[in-house]
Amino acid sequence: MSGILVVTEQTAGVWNRMSFETLAAGQQLARTLGKSASAVVFGSETGPLAAELAGYQLERVIALEHELLGSYTADAATGALSWLIAKLEPDVVLFPHTYRVRDFAPCIAARAGHALVSDVTGFHVESGVLVLERLLFQGKLNADYTSSVLGTVFASVQASAFRADTLEPGTAAVESLTPPLVAASIRQQPEPPFRESARAVDLTAAELIVAVGRGIHEEGNIALVAELAEALGAELAASRPICDSGWLPMERQVGSSGQLVSPKLYLAVGISGAIQHLVGMKGSRTIVAINKDASAPIFEVADYGIVGDLFDFVPALIEQVRKAKNG
Amino acid sequence: MKILVAIKQVPAHDSRLFIEPTGEWIEENDLGYEVNEPDAYALECALQLKEQHGGEVIVMCAGPARVSSTIREALAKGADRALHIEEDDLRHWDNLSVAQLLAKAAQTEQPDLVLTGLQSDDLGFGQTGVIMAELMGLPHATLAMSVEVVDGRLRVKCELEGGWFQYVSMPLPALVTIQSGILRLRYATLMGIKRAKTKEVRKITPAELGAAGEPGITLRRIYAPHSLKQTQMLAGSVQEQAAQLVEKLKHEVRVI
Repeated sequence: MSGILVVTEQTAGVWNRMSFETLAAGQQLARTLGKSASAVVFGSETGPLAAELAGYQLERVIALEHELLGSYTADAATGALSWLIAKLEPDVVLFPHTYRVRDFAPCIAARAGHALVSDVTGFHVESGVLVLERLLFQGKLNADYTSSVLGTVFASVQASAFRADTLEPGTAAVESLTPPLVAASIRQQPEPPFRESARAVDLTAAELIVAVGRGIHEEGNIALVAELAEALGAELAASRPICDSGWLPMERQVGSSGQLVSPKLYLAVGISGAIQHLVGMKGSRTIVAINKDASAPIFEVADYGIVGDLFDFVPALIEQVRKAKNG
Repeated sequence: MKILVAIKQVPAHDSRLFIEPTGEWIEENDLGYEVNEPDAYALECALQLKEQHGGEVIVMCAGPARVSSTIREALAKGADRALHIEEDDLRHWDNLSVAQLLAKAAQTEQPDLVLTGLQSDDLGFGQTGVIMAELMGLPHATLAMSVEVVDGRLRVKCELEGGWFQYVSMPLPALVTIQSGILRLRYATLMGIKRAKTKEVRKITPAELGAAGEPGITLRRIYAPHSLKQTQMLAGSVQEQAAQLVEKLKHEVRVI
């Protein structure tokens, strides 16, 4: 098969929404390269999901089914998809850059003798060569990568880098395939997934969010940012390091491992904007960032920026917000 | 239990980065370096496993002479010995060939468990450990929040997306990539720093390991990110900045 193969992700019949962003990336890449895109959904029962994919502009949809793909394991996913890729020999394999994909996609590329370009944010063609764009230094710099060997290009696509609402509808034929998996080759034994605590704070419903990051330095200083949140009538949120340190509970974490939010106002205090945080909040309507480092990646997504010391600025802002509200 | 920890040295967290005139890489001359943060947690996890089960912790680091400081720090924290893979020009090795290099070096030690951070703070591929597992024929788990050894098997708590977790168990030997922030990191004691000076650092070259950096993917150029938005920077004194922001919040964003 020449063309693009998009690997989708589902758990117990429920899509990971990044599957559709990756399908959109696949369609876009297919148009750019003058090739066709196909998609694969893998699991123990994929019928309804494959039928759903068949409603998009794809050359074909592959339902890769095996009972050993029921509960995800790296070994089963690697075995099944490596088999499919060796059989189809696509030009490009695209994965969504999910936590699960991080667990198995590097194995698939390595087994095929290739390097996976992970967390890709975009692509373009330069003198006939496919250039994949990604971020370095946690978002501080961009980089262009090209494949320097012949054969399949493997890439995973960053969350929110492509828009699922650009997906072209169409009709595709569904093909069911059974990979040759054996139970003895699967070494990981997964237990059922669980949540640590019922989530008490629903940041996704908040209209206004004030979020705090590493720049706050000490647990005792969190109160200052909490005071700003209170003055604005906003929910208090945080980047991962703050929650890892136990300064705020995990349920207040925004980012790829926390909640994905898109409030009217997101005010980031002392957050540099590592990519894991940005994917969780860059869809916010208005973003304000206060940071001492003018080159912090948070300013790339901010509508308004203040470069300065948060310990000077935040008290001044609290005072002015209160004045504006009372006046 | 023999635990091997693969660590990487990366530019310090708050470094100002400048792009070389050729656009190929960053200016390295005035940079400060430190251990990649997730790798520091991988080392801590290994040291705690050794405290529980006994055995040996070996750190492995690839890079030029400057990585010695990162190796010494790991030894001072309690690693028993180290493996330094000497290579001055790692930037021309891609993620697959670096993992091949590390896997070959790891195989000279035949460890029971290999730990590393889930990703590097510089390149951020998040693949090295997983590729090493594939090349070494080891079962693996990624994004580990805790690692325990139960009846000779490994039981790992893995982070899934959206606040979900899952335990995964597997036989040893195995490889696990460690999530950042999962433990309290120890500091090196004065005694530890003193002892580190006498600990063994085995040096080995890619040629000795039969590894070569033939990249399958090439970094063509690096550049400053294009801003996704027209960011309006608010200037003036702190009071003026705060007043401007309140104006915007009131009349443009309409949240006050």
